[in-house]
Amino acid sequence: MARDLGILVIVVLVLAATCQSAVVSPVSESHRSAALELFSPAHGSYGSLEETYEALKTFKVLGIEKKHAIRTSSCASVADTLKSTSSALKDFFDALRVNSILKCELNSEAVRGTQSRLKDSLNGASSLIDFYYSIGGLVLLKEQMSEVDVNLGDADRIFRSIKALGQSDGRWRLSSNNPESSNNAAGIALEALAGVISLATPQIDNSWITTLKNDILKLFDGIERYDDGTYYFDEKHVGARGHQSPLSSSASVVRGIAAVAAATSETLNLPGEKIMGLAKFFLGVGVPGSAQDLYHQIDALSYLENIRESTPLILSLPATVISVTKKDQLKVRVSTLLGSPAPTLSVRLMQIFVSGSKDASVIDQELKFDAVSGMHVLETLPKNIDVGSYIFSFEVIFHNPEHKKTYVSGGRTRVLVHITGVIKIDNAEIVILDGDRGSVENQKKLKLPGDNAVALSANHLQKLRLSFDMSTPFGNAFKPHQAFLKLRHESGVDHIFLVGNSGKKFEIILDFLGLVEKFFYLPGRYNIQLTVGDADMENSFLQPLGFVELDLPDAPEKATRPPPQAVDPYSRYGPKAEITHIFRAPEKRPAKELSLTFLGLVLVPFFGFLAGLVQLGANLKNFPKSTVPSTFAILFHLGIAAVLALYTLFWLKLDLFTTLKALGFLGMFLMFVGHKTLSHLASTSSKLKSV
Amino acid sequence: MGRSAATKDAHALFHSLRSAYAATPNNLKIIDLYILFAVATAVIQVAYMAIVGSFPFNSFLSGVLSCVGTAVLAVSLRIQVNKDNKEFKDLPPERAFADFVLCNLVLHLVIINFLG
Repeated sequence: MARDLGILVIVVLVLAATCQSAVVSPVSESHRSAALELFSPAHGSYGSLEETYEALKTFKVLGIEKKHAIRTSSCASVADTLKSTSSALKDFFDALRVNSILKCELNSEAVRGTQSRLKDSLNGASSLIDFYYSIGGLVLLKEQMSEVDVNLGDADRIFRSIKALGQSDGRWRLSSNNPESSNNAAGIALEALAGVISLATPQIDNSWITTLKNDILKLFDGIERYDDGTYYFDEKHVGARGHQSPLSSSASVVRGIAAVAAATSETLNLPGEKIMGLAKFFLGVGVPGSAQDLYHQIDALSYLENIRESTPLILSLPATVISVTKKDQLKVRVSTLLGSPAPTLSVRLMQIFVSGSKDASVIDQELKFDAVSGMHVLETLPKNIDVGSYIFSFEVIFHNPEHKKTYVSGGRTRVLVHITGVIKIDNAEIVILDGDRGSVENQKKLKLPGDNAVALSANHLQKLRLSFDMSTPFGNAFKPHQAFLKLRHESGVDHIFLVGNSGKKFEIILDFLGLVEKFFYLPGRYNIQLTVGDADMENSFLQPLGFVELDLPDAPEKATRPPPQAVDPYSRYGPKAEITHIFRAPEKRPAKELSLTFLGLVLVPFFGFLAGLVQLGANLKNFPKSTVPSTFAILFHLGIAAVLALYTLFWLKLDLFTTLKALGFLGMFLMFVGHKTLSHLASTSSKLKSV
Repeated sequence: MGRSAATKDAHALFHSLRSAYAATPNNLKIIDLYILFAVATAVIQVAYMAIVGSFPFNSFLSGVLSCVGTAVLAVSLRIQVNKDNKEFKDLPPERAFADFVLCNLVLHLVIINFLG
């Protein structure tokens, strides 16, 4: 509930940014639960000493008790860091910070070693960060170990070196080589300078304090502002330490100012309005999402709370939505930043503005303080306040005049309040009127809001009238944000009409004769739907009332077509119908028997050839008889047979390239053999001739 | 009267051709028979195509051209081998036969490739 309130507060802040009705709420349970969630230790420790310190400080301010286990591991880490010779300056600083909260038992030898390291660093320091860590470490040592002597003899020189890094606009540079100045660095410098003052041997020059006061005032000159009175510090450049958010820069400055205020007993004369603005800024963040942001917020709020001379007080409303019907009462709470109770005071409601207009009424009514809940209660709302949105302007009056000097209340606080209620709707009826004479053809009473299912029919010469009365719980007229009548045709075409009003009576007359063209000449059933709604109306409704069968004349040639209705996305983007591909009909193949017959027929000439050869008396008489020539002859024939077999294989499964390769080899063989055979035959026949 | 004279002349012509043909050497007759065989095969293929249509046209062409091609090569062989042919007097018939075989082999390679 508190978290929802926080979110509501942020929304209200955003909405009301221009009209200065900023409502913030003090630190609450939501911050505590966020702290427990964000600062959850992994394996019993928080990682680095810096993170440990942030967690411990946040818990301390929020009043959360933590487990013992963290203490042992953290104390061990602190002791190790202080003993080690390789620790950096930052580590000493962080370890001492953690120790200031945990108050571990420390080895006095380690403490002496730390002190000498810090003093050496301070003597050799040149950058602002070095000064900050070494001075900060020495201040912490002095707080924790009162027997250790850490006073500075050359405080004057150190003060001047730090001041040398300051700019005329109140900001500081991080080192002499770095030309960029920042607010963040200013906060660090102020802390360091305050530390020098507190560590310096009792004789401190008063002019230093004055210089510091002036520096702080100069810094406040550079503060930035939102319209709703929130002030914050932001950086113009991305500094050497990475991008600093307004939250961390503002927190750094607040720490610096608080350190200076603590180091001196003089008053700093801080501008109360700006302190209040800073407090509103930190509270306006709500509940931050990161551990470091939460630390900055809570740390800065704790310092702001304890500023002596201008402690901010926050006026907050737990609920800004008041229901007249439920008889809620407006409650206001005034507390400090961390949620502690404020001193005795009273809250007066000074003015009420109507949201969205310039009307204002002066009220000046005191709220009754309820000691049990700690809230100021507005028992009765002023006379002329009805259902609606208003801006209430409150003022805080202190009972003790002394408090006016030490507390800052922020003057008039403006809050956006919604007064809601159940709106009464009476005399609702829907009527069909005859066009010319206006006589009632059909009349139906309606229950609004409620279930209605009227069935009417009309033609284009008639009119439809819907009327009802609306009044607030106090009996005044009420004009809602929305009053629509919608007629929806069965094909899906919508027509929306505004229901106008005069005072309490709301009425709309639909003259179908004039609307025929608007309705695209579509006859048929039209469903009627009434919507009445407002942000402050608790019983807003959107209801179907029934239907009306409209008989319209036929559309002329040139009439506009009704707009195409939205296509069901699945039908448009869904899968389309299967395409049946039409292939070319395959060629008709002959019957198998026919083919086989012709296969036989084709072989017939071959047998005819063989028969003819026999008849002619072809013989193999010339076939060589002796071995070598006969071998060649046989090989020749075999070669030809092989080539023909290769061709068959080629037809069956080989490809051209393999075939050509094989053919090449076979061909060469065949050539050789053929040449031998034929030359032998030639020589034989020439011998015969010569013989 | 005229008809019988015509037929008598046809008969006489036929006989004279037949007797003249009988005088041709045997090897030429073998070649002639081969040519006849090739052409007959081609005719049967064309008849088949006429019946069933020319769907795998490449196969039809391949078949017919193989027959026709080999017939043509045989004709050229006959010309070269014929002893009465004065032009090819110096060409040994074995050489002509070797050409015939080679060309046939190349023809059949192409035919098989085109057969599909």
